[in-house]
Amino acid sequence: MQKVAEIAQKRAIQLLNQGAVNRVLGWKKGEFPYDETPAVFASADELKDFVYDSFSSPNLSKYLIEESRKEGKVLAFLKPCDTYSFNQLIKEHRVNRENVYIIGIECGGMIDVVTLKNRGAVGLTGADDDGENITAHTLYGDVKVRKEEVLLEKCQACKGKKHVIYDELIIVNPQDEKPRDRFAGVEAIEAMTPQERFDFWRAQLSKCIRCNACRNICPACSCLQCVFDNPKSGVASKASPDTFEEQLYHIIRAFHVAGRCTDCGECSRVCPQDIPLHLLNRKFIKDMSAFYGEYKAGEDSETRPPLVDFSKDDVEPCIISDKGGDR
Amino acid sequence: MLKIKKSDLNKLYAAIAERQTLYIPCNVSGKVNYAVWGEGADVDLSTLKTVRSAKEVFFPQCEDIVSFKKEGKNISVKSDHKESEDFVVFGVRACDCRSFDILDRVFLSDPVDTFYKTKREHGTVITLACNRPEESCFCFAFGIDNAEPEGDIAAYFAGDYLYWSPKTEKGLNLTKTLNSLLLTATDKDNDALEKEQNNIRQTNERLPFYGLDLSVWGADGLLEKFNSEKWKELSEACVGCGACTFVCPTCQCYDVRDFDKGNGVQRYRCWDSCMYKDFTMMAHGTPRPTQMQRFRQRFMHKLVYYPSNNEGIFSCVGCGRCVEKCPIHMNIVKVIKAFGGEKNE
Ligand code: SF4
Ligand code: SF4
Ligand code: SF4
Ligand code: SF4
Repeated sequence: MQKVAEIAQKRAIQLLNQGAVNRVLGWKKGEFPYDETPAVFASADELKDFVYDSFSSPNLSKYLIEESRKEGKVLAFLKPCDTYSFNQLIKEHRVNRENVYIIGIECGGMIDVVTLKNRGAVGLTGADDDGENITAHTLYGDVKVRKEEVLLEKCQACKGKKHVIYDELIIVNPQDEKPRDRFAGVEAIEAMTPQERFDFWRAQLSKCIRCNACRNICPACSCLQCVFDNPKSGVASKASPDTFEEQLYHIIRAFHVAGRCTDCGECSRVCPQDIPLHLLNRKFIKDMSAFYGEYKAGEDSETRPPLVDFSKDDVEPCIISDKGGDR
Repeated sequence: MLKIKKSDLNKLYAAIAERQTLYIPCNVSGKVNYAVWGEGADVDLSTLKTVRSAKEVFFPQCEDIVSFKKEGKNISVKSDHKESEDFVVFGVRACDCRSFDILDRVFLSDPVDTFYKTKREHGTVITLACNRPEESCFCFAFGIDNAEPEGDIAAYFAGDYLYWSPKTEKGLNLTKTLNSLLLTATDKDNDALEKEQNNIRQTNERLPFYGLDLSVWGADGLLEKFNSEKWKELSEACVGCGACTFVCPTCQCYDVRDFDKGNGVQRYRCWDSCMYKDFTMMAHGTPRPTQMQRFRQRFMHKLVYYPSNNEGIFSCVGCGRCVEKCPIHMNIVKVIKAFGGEKNE
């Protein structure tokens, strides 16, 4: 990974010097191994703080909504899953493709700091990644864990190592495509009784502190003014007065991103209460593929998404009649 | 100094809860937050930082204030203010405990916030020393001693015991009701405890933020900081969520909202975040139209405005929650350092 970062940094400087781009969107070193911040670098000097390793989890695509509208071309480093988000934004006419130079960058999976800490790495001050294992240096000694076990949820269910849009690639260590099951969690919930399911979601969603991090980080949530921020809606996006409103918020949001959510996993990554929001989105993804044929949002930038397309053979799923009730 | 065996802690919780509501960090659905203790509660005193801070016990995220109801041609108005009952909050870390002082200066100065005041009067705070400070902690930068926390009663883990030291009238009164459970510590105990406290202070010296220096911050240089070019770069990646403010023990802003109930209105208050677009929205619009301005507000308030109204005291206690929870890892430490707030080793 160290190598990948060096190549990326060199290439960025080269493209800046050639005048092919006038700035670079990447990740900036923090205080610890894990607190990297997305940043725009404008010079070789600024790029000294560029970093790319198994903690570069933030998806940079959403920043390109603004960045691609500015003067001049921006170089953006996108991981495989980030390229799906970018493609989807092209489809929704939210980014100006012409103004972005994309380097698809290899990804060996990103680490979930919360899981790493839960596995004993409390007081985390450093981490070494040899591809197989993570050796975490902490204030209280070293902790060694298998990398596979501390990956972010989104990486445990990785969509694949293919970049679906790019101008060039940086791949030093080609990654194996391990078959990943994205829907086991959804199936477990489908297998619950309605009461169990209700209890599960109520327990999870009532932890919500309405910080809106899930919405604000989401590349599909690109509305300039969210409906929940509209004072005339009668609800306050920052208040968590009762569990009902929390459930409403999450379910409406999941509906609104259905067919557009690329499963980039950012919502679950950023939630301070570790609410498994990806399960809501994946339920929609799973059902849409079942009803309308396999569909992956962001896989390309042209095809019509199933929910804005119409054909006479479309299914008419009805939960009420399926369960034997009156329509 | 008193003590109780760790294995007897459940008895202690039960004895407190028999008389008063007991708030204590519990693992609920996988995360640790303050919750009301009941038989079978999954108490977790080893997790250092609850997601929501202890301030929610005194200043809940949402709170009804007053309701209005239409009755024929009249409107009836009913205040939702009630006197709080006595309660106990257990397991408060030194940083969170200091945050109460910061909130007091806001809510208890004129005009007094009666909703907050009654809870402060009726709450007994039992703090807990931090045996294992974490990389994001920097309480010491604000003169807070995590080995000797403030509060009505200070508690400490060492060896097989929880040590217990009442510090105020309230603390003594609560201790009296628990006499049958608490033993007197011996000299040997006191030595063990002192050793543990020294350990904690030595660990602090190994923490990444140990050298953090706030001398460039405070009431002076307001305009110079306000106009600094640095805010643009610092705020660049901020997504304008409220995660940093809602986990923060010292953030004190709230919004007042009306909920339309059809035949009346429920007026409530809820935590607000200066990171939000509608923060301090007025008839003419918002005074901070860009995220840079909103971002600057959060840190200027904590490091400059609050100190200039409060004898130089900062409105941050170094709990490090924002350091851990920001989705893009921008935080108060990076801001402090960007303006030169690091000691040369
Ligand atoms: S989902 Fe796949 S491409 Fe995306 S960060 Fe994880 S491993 Fe990398
Ligand atoms: S990030 Fe988590 S806590 Fe914040 S609003 Fe979303 S679900 Fe709620
Ligand atoms: S600083 Fe971080 S947590 Fe705070 S509003 Fe910005 S993105 Fe959200
Ligand atoms: S600003 Fe950050 S470190 Fe300071 S008290 Fe608030 S959450 Fe804690």
